[in-house]
Formats: sequence, structure tokens, C-alpha cells
Amino acid sequence: MTADPLLDVRAVTKRFGGFTALDQISMEVRAGERFGLIGPNGSGKTTMINCISGTLANEGGEIVFKGVKLDGRKPHQRTRLGIARSFQIPKPFRSMTVLENLGVALEFASGSAPGQVRERGLAILETIGLADRADANAGALTQIDMRKLELARAMATQPELLISDEAMAGLSSTEVDDILDILFRLNEAGITIIMIEHIMRAVMRFSTRIVVLDAGQKIAEGTPDEIVNDPEVERAYLGE
Amino acid sequence: MRMPALKLSPFWICAAVVVLVGVALTIFDVIAINKFIFFAGYVVLQYVVLATAWNIMGGYMGYVNFGTAGFFAVGAYASVVLYNLIEAPLALMIPFSGVVCGLLGLAMGYLTLRLRGVFFAIATLAMAIVLETLIINWDFVGGATGAYILRSREMAPFGDYIEFLFFVMLLLAIFAVAMARWLELSKTGRGFTAIREDEIAAECAGVPTLRLKLIATTVSGFLMGVAGAPFALYVGFIEPSSAFNLVYAVNAIAMPMIGGATTWLGPLIGALLLGTVQQVATVTISSELNLLIVGVVLVFFVIVAPEGIVGLLKKWLGGRRDDR
Repeated sequence: MTADPLLDVRAVTKRFGGFTALDQISMEVRAGERFGLIGPNGSGKTTMINCISGTLANEGGEIVFKGVKLDGRKPHQRTRLGIARSFQIPKPFRSMTVLENLGVALEFASGSAPGQVRERGLAILETIGLADRADANAGALTQIDMRKLELARAMATQPELLISDEAMAGLSSTEVDDILDILFRLNEAGITIIMIEHIMRAVMRFSTRIVVLDAGQKIAEGTPDEIVNDPEVERAYLGE
Repeated sequence: MRMPALKLSPFWICAAVVVLVGVALTIFDVIAINKFIFFAGYVVLQYVVLATAWNIMGGYMGYVNFGTAGFFAVGAYASVVLYNLIEAPLALMIPFSGVVCGLLGLAMGYLTLRLRGVFFAIATLAMAIVLETLIINWDFVGGATGAYILRSREMAPFGDYIEFLFFVMLLLAIFAVAMARWLELSKTGRGFTAIREDEIAAECAGVPTLRLKLIATTVSGFLMGVAGAPFALYVGFIEPSSAFNLVYAVNAIAMPMIGGATTWLGPLIGALLLGTVQQVATVTISSELNLLIVGVVLVFFVIVAPEGIVGLLKKWLGGRRDDR
């Protein structure tokens, strides 16, 4: 805990017109951590991810990754620094094959030569469990495979920090376990993971530390056990 | 970096054969053909350049440009400026027009690429109208009344000057197609495709989307300008309403869509096919029929073969391959 955090979010504020989506949120994610970010719908989780990955610009505060200030940097620059994300609603490059999808990230983010793409891409698909679909059209994948492709393409950018935005929403419980296994394995391989999830069973099992957002405020932070017993969190989810 | 352009691939063999045929027809007159064929062929080849240029943005990247006529006309008028200033030869006009329109494309990119979809398309259309208004009010290039450019009757060793222009446009068409093909097969081209499919996902996969979009608008503008450079010499008299004719914009969109917008082959096939049909119809039926043909063919293709002729061929040839 003495070392600098991998990702340091300092008093980040994001407004949409008069609506404050994030109100001076601070949180630290340490290298190697499995970090859970939860909260009811509309609490600002995805907004926070968008601010970290750079698809939205935060108005106040700052975000520091590996000691580098991210503010003002474009998403692709942040990706190259080592921040990767998956999307809640999968965004595959539909006209490409699964492998070609990874190829874009391999070539642009991790600087692979075209000749290395197939080998490296297949290695990633192997760890994600999607190798048998390598040459399938990305647009024709099943939901679970599209979620895996999201993770695989994020992995192809060779990240240090992987942000998984509701990778399990709408999946069956065996499929949820499948994705959880993948995330555990990636974490063991040294990748720090931020998991945003509504499926409590998954977040509680996965996370070593959890931050709870509600209506743009941070209402709790702690281990899964602490979060489960926190009256504030209970109030946010269940009402008074 | 490797230079794939120098490899002796089937593409370059085809290109060489086309050039040789062009030389045989224009310089050596191996078969006596009606001069009108060159006159009409020039227009078809000009459309190959325009459709290919449009496709770099519209087909590869999914940004529909309605301003083709604007770029084409600025290319044509850049030549007029150079002619009026120093009576420059065509060899100077072409790169000059290209650079002017490349810069115009870059500027348009900076101003409009925050817009997407329909809004981008409307902005490009508006740009063409603004440019036309500027030219109409610029007396140095003839303003609304137009300007004459005197060309020599003959051009050794081609004989007739139109034959020379035809050959020049043939080279430009090969250059444009080669350029589009090179882009398509490069890392940049794969970035274009990613932008077309999902811009945010592309950005998060490390693709510098703004830079790639500016490359596309610049190259596309450059090629459109190059296509317009010999226009004044070709017609002998240039005026805004002909140079800025909406037909160029409509054809530049229709041809890649008919041929197939995701590969370099599509606009080539579309332009050769539709361009030829239009030229034949102009002579045999009526010059006003052109746009009607475009409209009917386009509707037909959008319904029957939304991925164009190339898409049809791929489906036909690759039908037995699994689920790709």
C-alpha cells in the first residue's frame, strides 16, 4: 500500500448541463488489484469509465495513471498508455473476422507487425476461449462470444489496466462463471481489473475492494464484506 | 517499411497492360477508332478517379461526402488560375490542383469531422455551394460568365490533343486506383474500416481516429482535385455551373455503391459500367437521360445488391466457404 496507485482518480467531476453525473469522486486502484465499481442504475459508473478511458472529458479534478496525468489525452493515447476497456453494449467491428478485430488493436495499440497479428491474436483468443471462432464474422457471434470478443480486443491492446463494463449483463449463470474465470485468469497474469457489474454474486466473489457510487456520489468503499454490511449501500439499493 | 507497390503483383501487371493498350491506341493508332471514343472515354476515366477518391472516405470510412463537385471544380479552377498567371502546362496544373484540393480536404476535415452521418453529408454539400459562390464572384477566373482556355490542337506524339488528355486521365485513373488500393491494404486502411464500423471502439482500440480521418479527407480531396485539373483544357471553356455540376457528386456516390464500396475494385467497376452506359445513352438517346439512369440503377442495386457488384461476386464465389 506504500507504492503509488496505478490509477489515481482525484476529485473528478462530470456534469451534463445542469446534471452532475459525478461529484468530486476520488478513488485509487493499485497495481494487481481486482477492483469492483458498483451502484444503482444512473449512479455514474459508466460515466466514470468514460472519463478514465477518455471518451468523455471530466470538468473538475484529475486522473493520473502510472504517474501520468490523463486529462487532455485522447482515448487512443490512453489505450497506448495501458488502459483498455470493454463496452457494456458490445461494439465489434462487424464486417471483420474475430481475429481481424484483434488485429486492429494489435497493430494500432501494441505496435504488432501485420505478420505477427495472427499468432498473437490466436494466443489471446486461446486465453479468452474464443480461438475456435477466430475466423468467424464478428457480426455473427452469439452474445456470450461478443462479450468475449470485447475482452479479447481489449486484451490485444496489451493493457495494464482492464476495465470491464458490465461484461456479464444478460448472460446465464454458467456464462457469468465463464467470464469470471477469464477475468480471474487475466488478473493472475498480472493485469489490474476494474469490474463494473450489477450481478452482485459476481462482483462480491471477484473483487478485493469495492467502491459504491450513488447519484454521482461515492457512498462507500471497502472489502466485499464491509460493503454488504454498509447501511448506506443498503439504503441506496433498497431505499429507506 | 516494405513497398508493396513495387512487387510484380497481378494488379500491376494489369495496370501495365492497360497503359500499353492506351499507348497503342493514342500514339500508334493501331486501330482506327472514332475520336469521339477518346472524348467519351476521358469522362469515364475521370469518373474512375472521382469515384475512387470518394470511396476512400465514403466507402472505407463511412463518411458520405456530397461535395465532390466542389473539389472537382476547385481542381479545375486551380488550373485556370495557374494558366492565367503563368500559362502553366498541364504537367504543372495537375499537382497544383491536387495540392490545393488536398489542403481543402484537410481544412474541411478539421471543420466538419466532428459531425457524423447526415450532418457531415450536409456540411460537405454546403461547402460546395460556398465554394461555387466564391468562384462566381471571382473575376480573375471569369466569374459567372466563365473563362476560355486555349489549348493546342495537337500534342506530339499523340496527334489530337483529346487523345493526349485521354492518356493523361488514364494514368491518373491508374494512380488513383493504386493509391486507394495501397491505402486499403495498409494498416491505415484497417483503421478506416474500424472507424466505419464503430468510431468509439476504434479509438479505444488505439486507432488515432482524427488523424486517420484527416488523412482520408486529404487524399480524397487531392485525387478529386487531380481529376478536375485537366477539365478546363478538355472543355475549352469553363464556367461555374458546369464545373460545380451536382452530377459529379451524385455519380461519385452512385458508382462506388453500384460497384461495391468496401474495396478499390468497386468504384472502378461502378465507374466503368455506369460511366459507359451514361456516355452511350447521351449519344443514342438523350443527354438528359443520364441522371435518370443513375437513379434507376441505384435504386435497383440498393434493393437487390446492397453490397454492389463486388459483394454479389464475393457471395457467388465464396458461397461454399463456411460462415464468412
